[in-house]
Amino acid sequence: MTLPAVKGDGEVGGERPDSGTPLLDVRDLVVHHGQLRALDAVSLRVLPGEVYAIIGANGAGKSTLLRTIAGLHHPTAGSVLFDGKDVTRLRPERRARQGIVLVPEGRRLFGSLSVEENLRVGAAYGRPGPWTIERVYQMFGWMQERRSQPTAQLSGGEQQTLAIGRALVANPRVLLLDELSLGLAPVVVQRIYGMLPQIMATGLTVLLVEQDVSQALRVASHIQCLLEGRTTLEGRPADVTADQVEAAYFGLAPAASSGQTGEGSEP
Amino acid sequence: MAWVNAIIQGVLTGGLYALFACGLSLMFGVMKVVNLAHGDLAVVAGYIAIGVIAVTHIPVLWSFLIVVPVMALLGYVLQRTIFQGALDRSVLTTLLVTFGLSVVIENGLLQFFTANSRAIGTGLPLVTGSFSLGSQIQIAYLLVVIFAVAVVVLLGLQYFLSASKYGRLIRAVADDKEAAQLAGADYRHVFGIAAALAFGTVALAGIAYGMYSQLSPTTGTDTILLFAFAAVVIGGLGSLWGTLVGGVVLGVAQQIGAQINISDEVLAGYLVFLAVLVLRPQGLTTRRAQS
Repeated sequence: MTLPAVKGDGEVGGERPDSGTPLLDVRDLVVHHGQLRALDAVSLRVLPGEVYAIIGANGAGKSTLLRTIAGLHHPTAGSVLFDGKDVTRLRPERRARQGIVLVPEGRRLFGSLSVEENLRVGAAYGRPGPWTIERVYQMFGWMQERRSQPTAQLSGGEQQTLAIGRALVANPRVLLLDELSLGLAPVVVQRIYGMLPQIMATGLTVLLVEQDVSQALRVASHIQCLLEGRTTLEGRPADVTADQVEAAYFGLAPAASSGQTGEGSEP
Repeated sequence: MAWVNAIIQGVLTGGLYALFACGLSLMFGVMKVVNLAHGDLAVVAGYIAIGVIAVTHIPVLWSFLIVVPVMALLGYVLQRTIFQGALDRSVLTTLLVTFGLSVVIENGLLQFFTANSRAIGTGLPLVTGSFSLGSQIQIAYLLVVIFAVAVVVLLGLQYFLSASKYGRLIRAVADDKEAAQLAGADYRHVFGIAAALAFGTVALAGIAYGMYSQLSPTTGTDTILLFAFAAVVIGGLGSLWGTLVGGVVLGVAQQIGAQINISDEVLAGYLVFLAVLVLRPQGLTTRRAQS
């Protein structure tokens, strides 16, 4: 559990700078849904200021990973360290107050609350920081105009944006984004991912889950591919080939000779 | 004129029934707890009021200043302990637990206070007095006061739920407690606050009924709980003002029934209750379940 032990333990890929404490350090996480082993010894290290993307097919365990990091699932084994502190046993609301904030799959807005009330609930237990309801309104003008409308009257893209806004006003240190593109038109997805640089500029770290691989490769500084609960590939988007990603995504045998970046990254 | 009288009396009694019902509705709407001990807790509140008045000699009408906070605290504690424990298992477990609580309270009251009925503040001019409208209609001051209290309570609850931080959190948690946790809210604490509110209204219901009629250990289940259920179902589950609508409809139905035949008073109320269940199961004030 001590920090120095982290250094250089399992860096087979080697191209990522190992300097600095990871903001989020997930170690050998095992999660069961009943009998099903949803995650099997998954590890990841998210450095401050990074956009870290988890890719993988349906049922690969991506959402389970994010939900476990947020505290909504209890791991059978393994640990989650946040800024060097073990948070594995913390309840989800305590993690949220410390700055691990999840935008859940399917948006999960409060249906009987107005747009502004959703933001206010998001800010109720937030940390102090650059993000306020006013700032979110500045970024998304329509939100202020429609502040007193119920969320059911928003379009899918607007709902997703509001869900992100609700998370931002809590001033997270690491923002977990679960499947932002789900059920949205490609244009809308582009627009939402287009906001990412503006959000990152305020000093956030982002860990996101995405089924759309090309989207993930475009925005991420580091990607990790899951297949049936295990890590099959990890690396910087620039360092992985399309063939490698395809093999890791679908679980095909590694194509030809290129196998050194993936597979072996587990200790 | 007798019919007009029946309707006026029914509407005013509806205020009392709304007071019975709003706590039940709140507990169900927020934490999905069907509190079968609801009526018994109102009786407990009434007995506490009788005890407080006897010991402190505080004016009868002001007894609520002590009883409401005591019951609210009890609500928070019960919610955080046995109700939450039951909820963590399943929603059905809460039915068993609150039923058990109801049995325990009833028998406890029988054991310590006997089966005799008691009233609060009998002999008080406000409780026994009335005024006349025309020659045939007599309206009790007490019923008017209780109706006014019910309206004030509902207005207060509505204001709290819509405008305060905790009111917003209560609605958020009722919508999606997991999403509320992700926003940093401890839903157990929020549930506790909702239970405290509900128990505060239960306290008022117990005191009001103790003044209006008489309390005995079985009043909680055979009168208060049943009328509260009927009012909630008629008005629409989870709707605050629906409890007043439901209470008024129940009250008017009972009075009209009594006008036809005095022994049909309670039956008439339940016939309306059944009719609503069959014809408009979502209640009078709520729209069909939204998607």
